[in-house]
Amino acid sequence: MSETQVVDQGTEAYDVEAVRKDFPILERTVGDHPLTYLDSANTSQKPQVVIDAVADFYAHHNANVARAMHMLGAEATGAYEGARKKIAGFIGAADASEVIYTKNASEALNLAANTLGASLRPGDEVVISVMEHHSNIVPWQLVCQRTGATLRWFDVTADGRLDLEKATREGLVNERTKVVSVTRQSNVLGTINPVEVLAGMAHAVGAVLVVDASQSVPQMATDVQAWGADMVAFTGHKMLGPTGLGILWGRYALLEQLPPFLGGGEMIEVVRMEGSTYAPPPHRFEAGTMPIAQAVMLGAAIDYLEGIGMERIAAHEQQITAYALEQLAGVKGLKVLGPTEPVDRGGAISFELEGVHPHDVMTLLDSRGVAVRGGHHCARPLHDRFGVQSSTRASAYLYTTQHEIDVLVEALDYTRDFFTRPRTSSRTRRKAN
Amino acid sequence: MNVEAMYQEIILDHYREKHHSGLREPFDAEVHHVNPSCGDELTLRVDLDGDTIADVSYDGEGCSISQASTSVMTDLVIGRSVEESQVLYDHFKEMMESQGRIEPDEDEFEDGIAFAGVSRFPARVKCALLSWSALRDALMRATSTTEPDKKEDRS
Repeated sequence: MSETQVVDQGTEAYDVEAVRKDFPILERTVGDHPLTYLDSANTSQKPQVVIDAVADFYAHHNANVARAMHMLGAEATGAYEGARKKIAGFIGAADASEVIYTKNASEALNLAANTLGASLRPGDEVVISVMEHHSNIVPWQLVCQRTGATLRWFDVTADGRLDLEKATREGLVNERTKVVSVTRQSNVLGTINPVEVLAGMAHAVGAVLVVDASQSVPQMATDVQAWGADMVAFTGHKMLGPTGLGILWGRYALLEQLPPFLGGGEMIEVVRMEGSTYAPPPHRFEAGTMPIAQAVMLGAAIDYLEGIGMERIAAHEQQITAYALEQLAGVKGLKVLGPTEPVDRGGAISFELEGVHPHDVMTLLDSRGVAVRGGHHCARPLHDRFGVQSSTRASAYLYTTQHEIDVLVEALDYTRDFFTRPRTSSRTRRKAN
Repeated sequence: MNVEAMYQEIILDHYREKHHSGLREPFDAEVHHVNPSCGDELTLRVDLDGDTIADVSYDGEGCSISQASTSVMTDLVIGRSVEESQVLYDHFKEMMESQGRIEPDEDEFEDGIAFAGVSRFPARVKCALLSWSALRDALMRATSTTEPDKKEDRS
C-alpha cells in the first residue's frame, strides 16, 4: 500500500463520495436500481444546505424586501441583497448593482433582447449562433421581427466548434451589427466558445456582446470582466440552486442606458398618472415581488460551491468528461455529436446510438435507474445542422462518479442489443388488402 | 410491468418493418404533426374513396413507439369507413389514457393491443397517439372539403 494518504493542503484529492453525502436525492433508488443521475445539464440536484436555506428563511426571516420597514423586512432585504453580492463576487462582477434577478435564464435573455432591441431599426443586424438553446434564438427572432433588424448566425464546424473562420470570411460581424449573443458552452455539444474573441469582434464594430452562460457558470470559474462581455445570462437551478430564479449580469454603464423591461412595483422612482420615472439598475429591471427565498437559496448554493472550490469542481468535471468520452468511444454503434476530445468542452455529451431512437434509449436507461435526456434539448437548429432529428445526452456534475459512467455504458450496450437483436420471424399481422 | 415487456415483439416488429410507409399520390388531405417536447415529426396523407379510407401514407421520424403506432394504425384504418375510424380513434385514445386499466379487445385493435402496456408509461403515451391525432386531423380536412361543418376538434 502506498503511504500517500496525507496530502498537501490545496491539492487535497477531490472526494466525490464525501460530496455525494451532501445530496440526499442521490441515496434514492429507481425501481430496483440505485439512481444514476446524468441529467445535470438539464437541472442539478441540491445539497442539504441549500434545501435547508429555504426552510430557514421562511421559518425565521420571511418578509417582503425593500418596502417592509420592520425588523423582518430588514433581515429579508439583507438576505436578498446579500445573495446579490455573493452572486456578483462569484462571477467577477464589478459591483452587486450589475446583477439583476429574473425568473430564469430565458427571461434574462428576453430582458436583454427587449431592452437592447429598443434601439434596433431596419438595417441593423443581430448575430447569434446555430448552436444556441432556443432561449437564445427565439427572443432575438421576436425582436428582429418587431424592429425590422436582420438576424444572422455563426455556423459550426464538423466537430462542433464555432466556425470563426467562415464568419470572418463572410463578414458576419460588421458595421451593421448591434448585438452579438452567443453561448459560453453548448448545452448539446459541450463546446466551450472563446467569448473573449467574440467580445473583441463585437466591440471592434461597436456592438455589445451577450453571453448565455447557463451551462458554464455551474461548472467552472466565471469572470465576466475578463471575458469582456456586456451582458451574461445564467440560471440558479443548474448550479445547485432553486428553480424560479435566473440572473442577468450587465455592465453598469450599459444597464443605465437601457429602458425598463417589465413595469410594476419596485422598478419605479416616481409614478404619476401622466408618466413615471424609473429606479436605477438593478431594481429598474425587477418589477413586483421577486423570488426572495430563491435568491437566498442561490446564495447558499454559491457558498457551497465556493466551499469546495470552482477550480476543483472544474477539474473533476474535466476528468469525468474525459473518462466518459473514452468509455463511450468503446460502445459499438455510438457516435458523439461535437468535440470528442476533452479540450475546451464541458460535461454534456450528446450522442446517437445506431438503430435506437433517443426516446427509446432514455426509456431503457431509466428502467435501469440511469437518468439522461433524449430529444433535441431545446436546440433543434443545431440538430438540423448535424442532420439528426434528436440525440441522447448524458451530463455530469460535481457529484458524478466514474462508476456511474460505467453503469451508463453497460446500460447503453444492453439497450443497443435489446433493439437490434436479430428477430426470428415477424409476429405482426398484415391486413389482406 | 417492466419496460422490456412494454416493448412487445409486435411493437419492435412494426418498428423494424413499417407497413404502408412512404408518401403516395393521390391524396385528399396532408397534415404535418410534431411532438414539440421530443421533436418527433410525421407527415400523413389520406386518400378517400367516397366514405372509405382508400389509403393512408406517411413519412415520419420518431421513436419505436410512435413509428410502430403509425404502422399499426394504417393496418387498422385502410379499407375502413371514416366514421368507423373515428370511433376507433376514440377507443384507442381512451385505452392509451387509461394507465393500463382498459384491457383492449384484440378483435377491434388487432396489433394495436400491444400498446396497452405503453399506457402505463405516461411519458410515452404521446408517442403512441401522434399518428392517430394526425389521422383525425387529416380526415377532418379531407371531409370538410365536401362538408364544411368541422366543429368538433378537441383532441
